[in-house]
Amino acid sequence: MRAPVSWLGEYVEGAPVATGREVAASLVRMGLEEEDLHGGDITGPLVVGRVLEFVEEIQKNGKPIRWCQVDVGQNGQRVTEGTPQGIICGATNFAVDDLVVVVLPGAVLPGGFAISARKTYGHVSNGMICSAAELGIGSVGSDDSNAADGIVVLQSFLGEQDAAKLTPGDDAIELLGLADEVVEVTVTPDRGYCFSMRGIAREYAHATGGTFRDPAAMASAAANTSGYAVQLADEAPLNGRMGCDRYVARVVRGVNASAVSPPWMQKRLTQMGMRPISLAVDVTNYVMLALGQPLHAFDVSTLRGAIVVRRAQAGEKLRTLDNVERTLFSEDLLITDGGTAVLAIAGVMGGATSEVGASTTDVLVEAAHFDPTSVARSSRRHKLTTEASKRFERGVDPDITALAAEMAVNLLLEFGGGAADEGVTDVDHRPARARIDLDPSLPARLIGLPYSSEQVIESLREIGCDVLEPTWSGAGSGSDSASVSAPVSKALSVLPPSWRPDLRNGPDFAEEVVRLRGYDQIPSVLPQASSGRGLTHGQRVRRVLANTLAEQGFVEVLTYPFVSAQSHDDLGLPAADPRRTTVRIANPLSEQAPLMRTSVLSTMVEALRRNVSRGQRDAAIFELGLVTRPDGEPRVAPIPGTLERPDNATLGQIMAAVPPQPRRVAFVMTGDTDPAGWWGPGRPADWTDVVGAARALASALAVELVVTADDHAPWHPGRCARLELADGTLVGHAGELHPKVVTSLGLPSRTCAAELDVDVITAASNVRVQARELSTYPVAQSDVALVVDEQVGAADLESAVRQGAGEMLESVSLMDIYRGGQVGSGRKSLAYRLVFRAPERTLTTKEVNGLRDRAIAAAAAAVGAVQR
Amino acid sequence: MSGTNKSYDPVEVSTLDPAALDAAVTEALTAFAAADSLESLKTARLAHQGDTSPLSLANREIGALPPTAKADAGKRVGMARGRVARALAERQNELEVERDARLLVEETVDVSAPVARRRLGARHPLELVSERVGDIFVAMGWEIAEGPEVESEWFNFDALNLGVDHPARQMQDTFFVDPPDAGLVLRTHTSPVQVRSMLERDLPLYIVCPGKVFRTDELDATHSPVFHQIEGLAVAEGLTMAHLRGTLNHFVEALFGQGLETRLRPSYFPFTEPSAELDFRCFICLGSDGSCRTCGGTGWIEWGGCGMVNRDVFQACGIDPDRYTGFAFGMGIERALMLRHGVKDMREMVEGDVRFSTQFGMEI
Repeated sequence: MRAPVSWLGEYVEGAPVATGREVAASLVRMGLEEEDLHGGDITGPLVVGRVLEFVEEIQKNGKPIRWCQVDVGQNGQRVTEGTPQGIICGATNFAVDDLVVVVLPGAVLPGGFAISARKTYGHVSNGMICSAAELGIGSVGSDDSNAADGIVVLQSFLGEQDAAKLTPGDDAIELLGLADEVVEVTVTPDRGYCFSMRGIAREYAHATGGTFRDPAAMASAAANTSGYAVQLADEAPLNGRMGCDRYVARVVRGVNASAVSPPWMQKRLTQMGMRPISLAVDVTNYVMLALGQPLHAFDVSTLRGAIVVRRAQAGEKLRTLDNVERTLFSEDLLITDGGTAVLAIAGVMGGATSEVGASTTDVLVEAAHFDPTSVARSSRRHKLTTEASKRFERGVDPDITALAAEMAVNLLLEFGGGAADEGVTDVDHRPARARIDLDPSLPARLIGLPYSSEQVIESLREIGCDVLEPTWSGAGSGSDSASVSAPVSKALSVLPPSWRPDLRNGPDFAEEVVRLRGYDQIPSVLPQASSGRGLTHGQRVRRVLANTLAEQGFVEVLTYPFVSAQSHDDLGLPAADPRRTTVRIANPLSEQAPLMRTSVLSTMVEALRRNVSRGQRDAAIFELGLVTRPDGEPRVAPIPGTLERPDNATLGQIMAAVPPQPRRVAFVMTGDTDPAGWWGPGRPADWTDVVGAARALASALAVELVVTADDHAPWHPGRCARLELADGTLVGHAGELHPKVVTSLGLPSRTCAAELDVDVITAASNVRVQARELSTYPVAQSDVALVVDEQVGAADLESAVRQGAGEMLESVSLMDIYRGGQVGSGRKSLAYRLVFRAPERTLTTKEVNGLRDRAIAAAAAAVGAVQR
Repeated sequence: MSGTNKSYDPVEVSTLDPAALDAAVTEALTAFAAADSLESLKTARLAHQGDTSPLSLANREIGALPPTAKADAGKRVGMARGRVARALAERQNELEVERDARLLVEETVDVSAPVARRRLGARHPLELVSERVGDIFVAMGWEIAEGPEVESEWFNFDALNLGVDHPARQMQDTFFVDPPDAGLVLRTHTSPVQVRSMLERDLPLYIVCPGKVFRTDELDATHSPVFHQIEGLAVAEGLTMAHLRGTLNHFVEALFGQGLETRLRPSYFPFTEPSAELDFRCFICLGSDGSCRTCGGTGWIEWGGCGMVNRDVFQACGIDPDRYTGFAFGMGIERALMLRHGVKDMREMVEGDVRFSTQFGMEI
């Protein structure tokens, strides 16, 4: 919403003279956020000029330009003192002796357009004759669509009478009000009344201490029964509220069809960002901007019967003013002609057939009050937001309806002639506004400032509330002297003003009090929080996981969790894989990715590809995040509505309908993991790096990880590690990706990846590690090479060795894996270094050999290992 | 028969001759001094201190002297040997020091050569900011609460006083789960976590809720359909807007710098009443530069919305609004990153280019 500073000044008396920025700052304090500042950005010389003569020269492109001699007086004369100013002009809508607006060298037009003398079309042009667009004052006529490009001829723009008073050289900035700044503010949904100059001026008065002059403080013609027939026939009110509870209709006949609105009104409309169109339309817009009441003007000659306001019927259609044929919804509230022909979607937009046009002489002015919900729903259903719907949705003052119509009628009569009908229709079903009790200590308790009752009452009265103070029991009526002066009720009784439907309870009033008395007064007090327990175990685990991966060389990324169904195929997921079951977005940004990811890996692929394509051939990335894993059963989350806590059963249903969203960590790498450099060659990433990283994560959290071979998409069936807890709970998978997956995803070959369930790791790590006593006796090493079949996993072999070696075994390391002639085909030799240590003595060689032999025997028994 | 019975005159033994002893010592000292390496010193030592060296021979001959001469000769030989031994040790030490110094010079490497044997990864700066903010509140005794990203409509809207007709519930702002009547959305803010906390946790309650949120905005330099928020909620008896301001002042100072002035402006949110917007003094220009690019010349940085929890929200969460009051606030993590670290384009945060995260390291 815009507010010209000059217009504000008209409605607020006694406010200090202020620049646009100062006005904006005042409004910001009242809760109207500054969006922009317009205007006020012309610096002179900009003067009145009289065209003395011109020569029209036709250019190569066939278009004429005019070489003009213009009298710009003595004051305006800059470059060619004393002689007429020679100026080139491309427009032709002016004649000799016309008064025009001339911008002279040294001036700056809106948009930082600096003017200087320049050579053009074979002449030196000392300035420019200005169009309305160049001055930012809208159009200069109503019938020419390019009017804004035309030169402003002051005799027609201001009228002959006013123009006659002008002398060439007069300052045109002041004359045209171009110094006037326009403040643009954002209006929050609770302040519908600020979609009017009346509302913004009221706030400006609050901010500055000026006196608000209500433009609606005038008398309106009394309603009678001889006005245009109007029936309010809403048979399906929404939420029990009538779609239309007040409808004022006024008729003005014999309006001059070719009359245009006066320049001051055109200028204001333009300042407000609207285009002047015709007198009737301009007047309805002007009144709406001034008072906040949207109006509609119907051409009376197109109407056949009474105005009937009703809900739509199935199949009804309306071609709206924007020339779109719309099928109406049965909930739409309509303005109809005699109940049949649809004239308008109430409060949203009128139809084309009843529109006032170039030949309209008899105008019916509609001022109505529509239900905000009804208008909001129609506006949304039709995807049609209009100046009217914006205001009705947020609530229009229901007490201003007749006044707005009165103002429109008066303006039509003043500038278009004609006569108003005696008949004044005002169908008025306004519900009574309720008084609300307010504990006067509430604002103080909520804000933390000691507002007195008097201050509270004063603030509420200032914003237009009718406040009744607590009723006191009469003196002497009580027997107990202490109760003589005690109020019967401590509460104030507050009737909010008609334009403030947002004021419904104590905190609403508290906000008004603090708003008027200043948010800057609110002190700063740090509350003493109840003792917190710090981060949860899960939160700490996530930091450890992320930091460990970063230390392992992985860079954290945050990808969008959206995938396509195709991505499941690309990952080679089997048809029945539960990872194909997910949640679909009804309105995705891209139809290419309408599904929620079921694995974090699936969305990291693109980031990896992007790194490679940007030249980062060695890339390792990780992501921690949620995946969506519904069980496939369709569930509906009830929506029990606002204001009340749902019962436990309903809450249970809501929570159960939210799909499980386990947290995962995934990492993927390609290229060299150890970089090449002057120190030697790089080392390409392979499956050991991702399995190693997974093991590092487990170690970082003191979780034992069991690693076995698995065949699980999207991994290489021979290079896929299954990661489990000691109790067999699946943690995740790691290894090299399947070559087909790598191809279909467009990844570099041998890309390796892992995905782990963070929730499982979190639970497994949530135990207190019990410390072992550290023995200080010497260690004894024993090396042993064991030959097993190729199929035997190292994990199984090691497990048998550990079990056989017993308690004294401190550590076991796999030092070498050998395949070759010496062990036979299909066999491999694993060389281990066993380290033994006893808690309270030095082990003898004999003892160590014995333990080693038991380890060998256990390995032989478990996996058929033979000592090499 | 040899002349063994003949009286032995020590003077006759040339090596015990004082002059000869002096000469031997001088010769040894000269040889040591001339040795320019530990190797040549070893040769000199063998020559002048070895078994066949003049002084060793002289020492051996002392035994053959008559008792009357022994003491005198022993004294002279001992002194001579002592001088030689000291000179040797001295020279030995000098040469070792020289050798050690030379070794260090020889072993010198170019430590300025770039080394990166292992690649270090990095955390995403949004996560680091989020953790940092979380730590600020944890330090004040608050806790961090989290919740699902696919959320029920009731938790995301109704419980927060955003009724069915609220504009935010339209498809142009919110991602709905298919079918649209399933009552599920991608959460549009982290406020549903506050609702869950109010329903599940005991009062008083002091929580912050960081997390991913979703709006149907196309990705560009300043918008992303997926972004991060951190919201706070305090519910207790007697909380006021002054407590809200105190909390946010501390938050701003902890994240952007000590002493930054804050400003509250009236605003509107369905879930708070009274509501406010919080601005803080531009930490770049402190309000003194009309062309400052960080604050747009206004001197203030818009930081987030806040207010006192609406009674309707308390009622939906089963909290007695006459007994408890509370405040809530919400800020964008992306905005914090852009402000603090001059990130200009939102796209860099979502593309996953490793160069982006790497420049921030592991702590922000």
